[in-house]
Formats: sequence, structure tokens, C-alpha cells
Amino acid sequence: MKPRALDEKEISQRLDDYLDVEFSFLKTEHHARTLAGLATAEQAYLLHWVKCIASTNIQLAWQFIEQAVPLLDNMDRRIIEDWALHAMDIYDQSGLHAALAVIRNVHQFIETSHAHRIGASFSDHAGILLHFVHGLSGRKLELKQADECFTDTQTLFLPPLIAQLETPKDNFIFYKSLVVMLWAQVRFSSFPLALKQALEEHPQAERLLTLYQALEHLRLQACIARELPGLYRGMQAIQKQLEDEQGDHRWRELAQQLADKNKCAQDSLQLALDNLDSLPPPPASCFRILLKPEQVYSVMAQRMEKEKTLLRLALAKLENELNQNKSTPDKLEVRYKPASETDKHIPIEIRLDNQPVAPPDEIKALASSVVLDFGEIPDEHLVPAGPGDYDPAMFNEKEKDPDEVWKGTYHEEGASLYNEWDYRRQHYRKNWCAVREKTIEPVYDDFVDLTLKKYSGLIKHLRKTFEAMRDEDRLLKRQSDGDGIDIDALVEALADARDGSELSERLFTRMHRVERNIAVIFMVDMSGSTKGWINDAERESLILLCEALESLGDRYAIYGFSGMARKRCEIYRIKEFSENYNDEIKARISGIEAKDYTRMGFAIRHLTKILNEVDARTRILITLSDGKPDDYDNYRGDYGIEDTRRALIEARREGIHPYCITIDEQARDYLPHMYGPAAFTVIDQVDRLPLKVSDIYRRLTV
Amino acid sequence: MPQLITQHFKTMITKTQTSEEYFIESEPFYQPVADEIEIFQAAWNQNLPVLLKGPTGCGKTRFMEYMAWRLKRPLITVSCHDDLTASDLVGRYLISGGETVWVDGPLARAVRIGAICYLDEIVEARKDTMVVIHPLADNRRVLPIEKRGEQLSASADFCLAVSYNPGYQSVLKDLKQSTRQRFVALEFDYPDAPLEAGIIATETGIDAALAEQLVKFAHMTRNLKGSGLEEGASTRLLVHAARLMHDGIAPISACHSAIAQALTDDHDMLTAIDELSSSLF
Ligand SMILES: Nc1ncnc2c1ncn2[C@@H]1O[C@H](COP(=O)(O)OP(=O)(O)OP(=O)(O)O)[C@@H](O)[C@H]1O
Ligand SMILES: [Mg+2]
Repeated sequence: MKPRALDEKEISQRLDDYLDVEFSFLKTEHHARTLAGLATAEQAYLLHWVKCIASTNIQLAWQFIEQAVPLLDNMDRRIIEDWALHAMDIYDQSGLHAALAVIRNVHQFIETSHAHRIGASFSDHAGILLHFVHGLSGRKLELKQADECFTDTQTLFLPPLIAQLETPKDNFIFYKSLVVMLWAQVRFSSFPLALKQALEEHPQAERLLTLYQALEHLRLQACIARELPGLYRGMQAIQKQLEDEQGDHRWRELAQQLADKNKCAQDSLQLALDNLDSLPPPPASCFRILLKPEQVYSVMAQRMEKEKTLLRLALAKLENELNQNKSTPDKLEVRYKPASETDKHIPIEIRLDNQPVAPPDEIKALASSVVLDFGEIPDEHLVPAGPGDYDPAMFNEKEKDPDEVWKGTYHEEGASLYNEWDYRRQHYRKNWCAVREKTIEPVYDDFVDLTLKKYSGLIKHLRKTFEAMRDEDRLLKRQSDGDGIDIDALVEALADARDGSELSERLFTRMHRVERNIAVIFMVDMSGSTKGWINDAERESLILLCEALESLGDRYAIYGFSGMARKRCEIYRIKEFSENYNDEIKARISGIEAKDYTRMGFAIRHLTKILNEVDARTRILITLSDGKPDDYDNYRGDYGIEDTRRALIEARREGIHPYCITIDEQARDYLPHMYGPAAFTVIDQVDRLPLKVSDIYRRLTV
Repeated sequence: MPQLITQHFKTMITKTQTSEEYFIESEPFYQPVADEIEIFQAAWNQNLPVLLKGPTGCGKTRFMEYMAWRLKRPLITVSCHDDLTASDLVGRYLISGGETVWVDGPLARAVRIGAICYLDEIVEARKDTMVVIHPLADNRRVLPIEKRGEQLSASADFCLAVSYNPGYQSVLKDLKQSTRQRFVALEFDYPDAPLEAGIIATETGIDAALAEQLVKFAHMTRNLKGSGLEEGASTRLLVHAARLMHDGIAPISACHSAIAQALTDDHDMLTAIDELSSSLF
């Protein structure tokens, strides 16, 4: 039987329910009447989205109905969905007012979404383009989105979206060409110090800059044609499509002149000065890029100073290293080597005691960067820094105290942002959780000693069992090849052979190194609900675990997590991979205390990221919690369960083995669903936890 | 001892020794980059062992082949791996016809016949393996064969060379001072652009201009070392790409298959590398 269309009364009931009219006092009669007139499928479609949007905001959902009905006839469903999701994202980022504007202004959304479909956007391509510019030679540039397209010679500022051309492919080529034009300004030094001077002194500075800009444009295009012919062909095709002007014969002549590969920025400057009053306005080009000398020279001044210092410090460090274990230290001889002498473009040559020294990467990069600014390496850059010449603290940007953030007005600086899964939308909320790492204050009390005493028998036993699992050489018997002969196997084989039965091939012994190569993170619940018994049990478990793992040799780290709403998600460092288990770590374990709420998704995501940076064959994430996720802002019930589940799925996908241990006296029914993507154990007696955790780990990794 | 078992052990011998041994009949193409030939020659004259340092695919193996040809010595190459034991190098007893028979490993064999023994990627071998080469690599020049209570002395013709890639900076895989300080070290790196282009053109027969472009592309990938790539394209990969081109594959596809895919699996990085090659060619 086909589902039938709902009548006005039924629709009204649903809307009242979704929109919570009892409390919101929204009027739904009119909407109900409109919806009643629609076909079954359209009714269902709209009601689904109303419910979904209402989970974010009721007002938004109510407005949505009004706007969406007229769109149903001739609009692609996918666009309607994008529009609704976009409005919800905007609600997350900027609140109701901005979101309502999106809902009301559906036509603008359609226009921009068309542009997005055919266009090339910064957010889609920044990752690729960053690798791309790093592959081109020169300084390691950064990319940033901005309203204007220019470079300060450190960062390339790029537009959010390019959609001038008709296809995504062409728009991407356009975008890539802009990146290359900006890169070329840095690589082929469009900002000589002479330009700075000329602009400061010339009475017609503005006119001079415009002309210089146009001439540099011609010179750089020729550089690109030489260096990147493939890209240059693409640029020409685009210029044709967008009808770039040819310019009159004077400009064509100039283009020819500047195409010579020996021409440099000074030549453009000279041409600009010579022809300031005689040239017609330059032809328009879609790739012409603004020069911003002010930004450039201020960045440059800072960098020149900084890189001089860094280079001298790096040379001093190298000198020190090379002179280690020498009775009479030698001095480094450092020389600038112009590019023409070599093909590898290492503009610096270092010798010690007349022996050439290969410059380390850091020095190579600094030297190349200095050459871009100065055109050479000035002599005073080449003297290794003496002791006390510089204060190294000058270069360490001041570390921020995560707690400071909460004293001033709220901002997200210094936090890592993570998405969170909203099951009602079936989409992620973008950059939803602001996560910060903090260190636990160590508490030096008798907790650790008491624990060690209380479980001394168990600890001995654990050490023994864990030691037996260590990396070790084992003599494998009955191998098909190996160093020694397995006498037992051979005797059997000979006997078998006499019988005429089949011969075994496995007659050797071989030493085999069993390498565990495991890295594991323990993620410990520090929410308020663990206060008391559970917290004690967690801390005891961690002590036992550390004792056991120390004898095993696996790499391990321990982090705690807790949070108070999405903007204050906290990860507590208890033991990092690089730290050894010592008194400080023990005191940190002792200092673990119950904090706020249980938001689990962000913690799983953050620790997944940390775990992924470790080079290990097997990566394990073990969570230790007291059950249901629960946080202030709606991280309750299904929402928290679904997000936790999703985060575990993500971890799995990254190749991590998640395992969940829950202390829950009632073994609740949602656990299999939430932990489904991981394996899990429920422990129903708190005091059993310390005994269990090490055992679980052992079974998990044998 | 039944025939079958003897047969079985014979196949074992070839299986456990992952070495190759041969006289090199005709001159291999090797383009010298600096004074490595003279230094190797001098080290050989003076009975000093040699350590070749350098990234993968930069010509170390080719250089050894060339030197073996030049010195008219057989070359025995052993690729080291983490399961390689001391007995794999020195030799072991096997059972044949009901009796035990000693079979030399590649290192012992090289010492006996006065060959050049090249241990490729020495750091990959297990630590205890390294110890057996120590007495061979200092002025004693002997190989003790413990299981037989024998000491083999190396003749003047014998030469030990090992290779090592300092690029993989794992503390575990670093060469111990007591090992590295026994060797004359030769540093290899990718040759300068014109030389490298020359090598590729000669090796594969593609024209000089195309070879130059290819080297330029290699430099782009080498710029990415440390910012997303573990290594840039080696000379070997360039040779591969050039061979594909020589066979009629378009440069951009050749770079994609022979170079980009060999360097990374990361999607963004692959796309970026493809964008670099399509900008260039
Ligand atoms: N100087 C050179 N002269 C001639 N060919 C070279 C030279 N350098 C590199 N090649 C080419 O590069 C290829 C790879 O070099 P080779 O196999 O010697 O590298 P390798 O340094 O031994 O690398 P690996 O460390 O990975 O074993 C050679 O087959 C050859 O085609
Ligand atoms: Mg090799």
C-alpha cells in the first residue's frame, strides 16, 4: 500500500510537535494548510527537513517552510539540502540572525552555490596549492585567504573563490596561475630596495607604481613562460577566453624587451622612470596583480633582521658541533657563492680546516631566503654568532597559558578545532569543539606508595607476565629454513623416509626476533561523575599499568579528558610518549581529579591525531570511562552516543584499534551500539578495575 | 641420507644466500660526479674498506659495478635486511649424504676468492651481524669462522664496501661509531642538474631538452622533501620516467606513474605533484 498524503490536521500535529508550539507559540495553521496541498513525497521531504532543522533551531525551521514550498517545483533537491545545511552551519558559527538571513535570501544562496559548483575555492584547493608552491623553488611561502590578491613576500593572499570561467577545471587553472604569479614576484625579486627608495623620493610615486606594476607583469610572464611552459600555455588560453587586451605597439615592444632572461626588476624600474609621461595606459590583463610595497617592505625589514640573526646562530651551532671532541677548535670559513657558479642553487659555501662542509638544510634555506631579499649574502651575515650576541629568548614566541584564554574575552586562539557529528542532521558540525591541552598539576602524596604496597603481589605477577611478552629472540623450531638443524625433526624425517612416507620440509631452527612495535594511548575519563571510587580506581589502574608496561617496553602515553560545553574541551597530559615514567609522572597520576562533563568525541579525535603521528606498526587507543557521554550543551542522550560512535569509526578508519573499557554497574543497553566500532568490556565492580585493565591490555596485544 | 633430503638442502643453500656474484664483462655506464673513482681506487690499493653514503637511487650500486669492472674483480652484493644473521654472511653447516658439510656464506666466499663484497643498506642488518665485519674492516683483515675454529685472512684483492642512507634518521638505524670509523667514506648525492640530465639522456636515449625538463621536475619534488614528502625523486625514478617517455608515453603521464605514485600515496600531494609536472611540460 502506498503511503497516503497527510491531511491538514495530521500535518498540524507534526509541526506542533517539531516546532514545540506549546512553548514557542509559533503559528502553524497556515503552513499546515500549504503542506496539505502537496503530494505525498513532497510532504515527507519537507517534514523531514523541518524536523532536522528544528533540532538546531525552531525559528529557523519555521522560516524554512515558508521559503521552501515555492522552491519544490523547479529546484534540484540537492540544492535545497545544501541551503538548509548551510543555514545550520551559519547558525553554529554566527547565530540565529545570520542564519535567518540565509534562509530568507535563498536566491543569493543559489547564485553563490552555482559559483561554488563551477568555481575554484580557497578552502577546496589550499592543501594542494600549498604543496604546489613548496615544490616550486624558493622561500617556503604560506597561503592565506583574503579579500585582495597580493603577497608580502612571506604569505600569498588569495581570493576565497574564482568563478570567472565556465568550468571548474578552467577556474582551477586560473587560481593556480594567480598563485604562480604571486610566487614569481618573490622568486624573481619584484621588490628590490631600489624600488622602495624610488617610491619614497619620486613626486609621482603612485603613477610610477602603476607603471612599474604593468612592466613587472610583462617581465614575470616571460619568466613563467621560460620556467613553467605548461602552465603558461594554460594562462594564455584563459587570457584569450577573458579577452585580455593586446596593448598598442609600444607595450608589445616593451614586452619583448623584458622577455630577455637577463632582465631584472631594476630594468622594469628604469623603464618606468624613463617612460613615466610618454606611455599610454597599460593593457588590462586578468592576471595583473597589485603590488603592495608598504606591506612588503615592512615584512622584509623584519625578516632581514631576523634571518641575519638566525643564520649567524645556525653557523655558530654548526661550528660548535664540528669542533666537538677537538682539542683546538677551528674557525668556520663561510663564503657567499653566486648562483651562476653552481646548479644546485646553494648560495653558501662552508669550510672548516680547509675541508668543505655540507651546509645543513636549515642553513641552506636561510641562505636562499637572504639572497632573495638582498640579492646576495652580505658579509656580516656570514660570521657565526659569538656567545652572548643574541638572546635566544627573543625568538621564542611567548607561550600562552591555556587558562588565560578564559580571563579575557573568549577567542579560539591556540585551540585545535574538531568537527562533531550531529546525527539529526546526518552531518558534521564544522570546527565545533575547541580543544586545548593542559598539564596536570603533580600531587606528591602517599597515593602511589600506598597503591604499590596494596597491590605488591599483583604487580610482581604482572611484571613477570609482561616481561615474558617482551621483544626477544626466540628459537623457532621446525622451520623451512634457518641457521641450525632441528635434530628432533631430522630424526623423524629420516624415520619417515625409511617408511617411504612423505618428507617434512621443516627441518631447521631459526632465531627469530619478535618485534612488538606497539604504541598505545590510554584516554582517561576525568568527568565529574568519576569523583570518588571511580577516580581512585582509575588512578590505581594507571599505576599498575605503568608498572607492567615498563617491564614490557611498549610505547605508551596517558591523557585525561573532560569538558564544559564545546568551547572548553580539555585534554590533560599525564604522560606523553616522549616522557619516561618517573616520580613526576607518578605525581601527575596522583593528581588526576574529577573535573566537569563527559564529552568523548573530541578526545577520541584529538588522541587519534596524536597517535597517528607515532611511527608504530600497531596503534591502540584505550578509553577508560564511566559510561554515558554527557555535557552541558546538548551532548546528552543520542547526540553524545552517536558522536562518540562516529569518532570511534573515524579512528578505526585511520588504522587505529580503539578499545573501550567502561565502568558501569548496570551494563546499559546503548553500549554495544556506541562502542560497536570498537571492542569493549564492561566492568561492573569498580574495585575490579585495577586488576582488569592490565589483563585486558595483555590479552589485547599477545 | 635419502636423495630427497640432499636435494632439499641444496635448494636451501641458494635460498638463504641472497647474494649475487659475477664478473662484470663489459664496461657499465657510470658518470663520475666528483673524485669518487680516484678515492675508491686509492682505498683499494691501500686495503681500506669503503662506506658509500647517500640517498636511494643515486648511483651507488652502479658505481660498485663500475669499480668492479675497472678493478677486474668479481662483485658479490648482499642486500641486507632485518633477518640477515651472521651465519647468512659467514656460512653454515648443512647435512648432505648423512654427513655435515660446511658451506661458505657470501662474505667468506668473497674473502677466499678476493672479490669485492658490497653490503647494501648495512643498517638494515641485525646488530650482531655488524660485529662479524669488524675484524675484516680494520688492519687485521681477517674473518673468524667460529663454528669451524678457522680464521680466513683476506688477500690484497679483497675489498669490503658497505652502503648506508643517513636520510632515514631513526636512532635505532644509525650506524655505530665503532663501525663507521673503520671506513673511508664516500658521499653520494644526486648529481648537479646538467650531469644528471646527461646521465638520463645517455641511459635512456631521450633527447637532451626533455632530460633537462625531467631534472627540473625532480628538483621540484626534492624541494618538497620534509614538507610532505619523505624523499624527492631519485635519479633512478627519473630513469624510469625517461624510459616510459622513450617508449612513447606523454611526459605528464610518465611522471605520474613512474615518479609521483612512487613517492607518495597522499591524495593532495599526488595532485600537487601532478600539477607541478603539468606546469612544467
Ligand atoms: N653517476 C651515474 N652514472 C650512471 N648512471 C647513474 C648514475 N647515477 C645514477 N644512475 C642511474 O640511476 C639508477 C639507480 O642507481 P643505483 O641503482 O646505483 O642506485 P643506488 O644508489 O644503489 O640506490 P639504492 O640505495 O636504492 O640501492 C642506475 O640504474 C642508473 O641508471
Ligand atoms: Mg643499490
